[in-house]
Amino acid sequence: MVMLAPAIEKLLGLNANMVDLFNRMQPASDTHVFGTDELGRDVLLRLLYGGQVSLFTGLTAACVAATIGTVIGLTAGYFGGRLDAILMRITDGVISLPLLPLLIVLAALDLEKIGLPDELVNSEEVSFYRIVIIVALVGWTTVARLVRGATLSIKEREFIMAAEGVGAGHLHIMFNHILPNLISTIIVAVTLSVGNVILLESVLSFLGLGIQPPMPSWGNMLTNAQALIWEAPQLAFYPGMLIFITVICFNFLGDGLQDALDPRAEY
Amino acid sequence: MKGFLLTRGAQALLVILIMSFVIYSLIGLMPGDPIDQMISADPNMTSADATRLRALYGLDLPIHQRYWNWLSAALSGDLGYSRLFAKPVLEVLLPALKNSVMLLGLALFMSICIAIPIGTLAASKPRSVFDYGVNLFAFAGISIPSFWLALMLIILFSVILGVLPAGGIAQSDAGFWESMKYLILPAATLTIASVGGHARYVRAAMLEVLRQDYIRTARAKGAGAMRVVWRHALRNAMIPVVTIMALDFGTLFSGALITETIYSWPGMGKLIFDSVMGNDCNLALIALLFATTLTLVGSLLADICYAWLDPRITLGVSEQ
Repeated sequence: MVMLAPAIEKLLGLNANMVDLFNRMQPASDTHVFGTDELGRDVLLRLLYGGQVSLFTGLTAACVAATIGTVIGLTAGYFGGRLDAILMRITDGVISLPLLPLLIVLAALDLEKIGLPDELVNSEEVSFYRIVIIVALVGWTTVARLVRGATLSIKEREFIMAAEGVGAGHLHIMFNHILPNLISTIIVAVTLSVGNVILLESVLSFLGLGIQPPMPSWGNMLTNAQALIWEAPQLAFYPGMLIFITVICFNFLGDGLQDALDPRAEY
Repeated sequence: MKGFLLTRGAQALLVILIMSFVIYSLIGLMPGDPIDQMISADPNMTSADATRLRALYGLDLPIHQRYWNWLSAALSGDLGYSRLFAKPVLEVLLPALKNSVMLLGLALFMSICIAIPIGTLAASKPRSVFDYGVNLFAFAGISIPSFWLALMLIILFSVILGVLPAGGIAQSDAGFWESMKYLILPAATLTIASVGGHARYVRAAMLEVLRQDYIRTARAKGAGAMRVVWRHALRNAMIPVVTIMALDFGTLFSGALITETIYSWPGMGKLIFDSVMGNDCNLALIALLFATTLTLVGSLLADICYAWLDPRITLGVSEQ
């Protein structure tokens, strides 16, 4: 449905960013299936495009976080000893931090002070990259712990010893022999974290720190709706409902995958 | 136990120290410079004055020296002034903390009161309709965007029904019921958002305990199903649950940020948000550090509770 956004746009003969001030805050009708918002834009189309942005951000950030987590977990689990202790203390430290306030500080940073080039700072996609990086920076811990645990058990198996016996290097063993066995763990962790990432993205966008308008996202559509709850309460309903449905689906999917891939979980 | 406490305490202190430096540097990277803000209101100030002011406040020093100056002042009790509220930071922080404790205490209490019975019931009849119902409910609670839930509650109770205020806090001279009115919606939002997760923990812990041998013994001796669950199993199932609650105690302080912001509840979360958005460096720094400290204290408490409630666990011998 979300993928089909451009097609539906053609079909309805409307534009997601088209402003129609004569038809502001209309209730649902034939031309505007879900009505229009405070600038007369079609809510259905904005929901679909917002969905593209939210889902894409969620998936990208979850994958980036999973990559960081996998590398750290794999290194810690494979080499063990002091390196393991240091990496895991860092992980514990990051886990014990108050997530949301730090996200807000990170999202409020002035990118020019860090020394990024101007054209990047002022480009339209910067809010997207920024949110992916921020979420990935704090979201890798779960994956790292799971991957470390799985690595610890896999590296004791015979085929690893065999690989060492024929003279395979550390990196080769880590990425060619251990990593394929971790795939199911990683997939479960990513699925479960996509839901969380979408929630985080929507919260930050809702507070005005995430995806910036006019690019619609489910979070920033709610920001405008909050100001209008007295005039047009229906505007606040749809984006949140979609976030809710999407997140609950990813969580069920992750939970189901976990049960299916982990024979030890009996219930 | 003593050794464990010392090690963990030292670790927590180290984390706080590192975090204070990280937060200090991050705040410096936020848009807006305190001197620019000071002189922007006064057209007579020249750039030479700005430079002089910067030197006066030590803002031209390299970051590690500035951090050191700030740290030594903070440790001697001078936390600075809040620009937004025009008061010393501590005077702003303490009332906010009180409001947060009130809101979060109520929410956590309600969440526990609901989660323990339904989690236990679900675990005592696994795979029943009730169990699936609780599971669905728990997933809904975890997945619901809390700010949207808050908006929906405002629309329902303030806009449509008009029975509860949409936000804010009662005047200090208002009666008990009047002030409770302002507390209901934020507390309900936080409760709905957390009760699902708690119920899942209770259920999982209960299932684990019900598999133990002594439960079979109790059953074999003829104890009724309800008696086994409520008298024999519940006490042991509470051990991991108490740990989770202690962890929550810390994280809730900052986690209620969105709920507090939407309902304009003047607690810690809203304070952090406002100070970050309003470029109030001194206040943001202390409030963030305070939230970090509380979270760390919460996780330390969780470990202590765990060992205290369950004599089988010895702390500090090995960490996995």
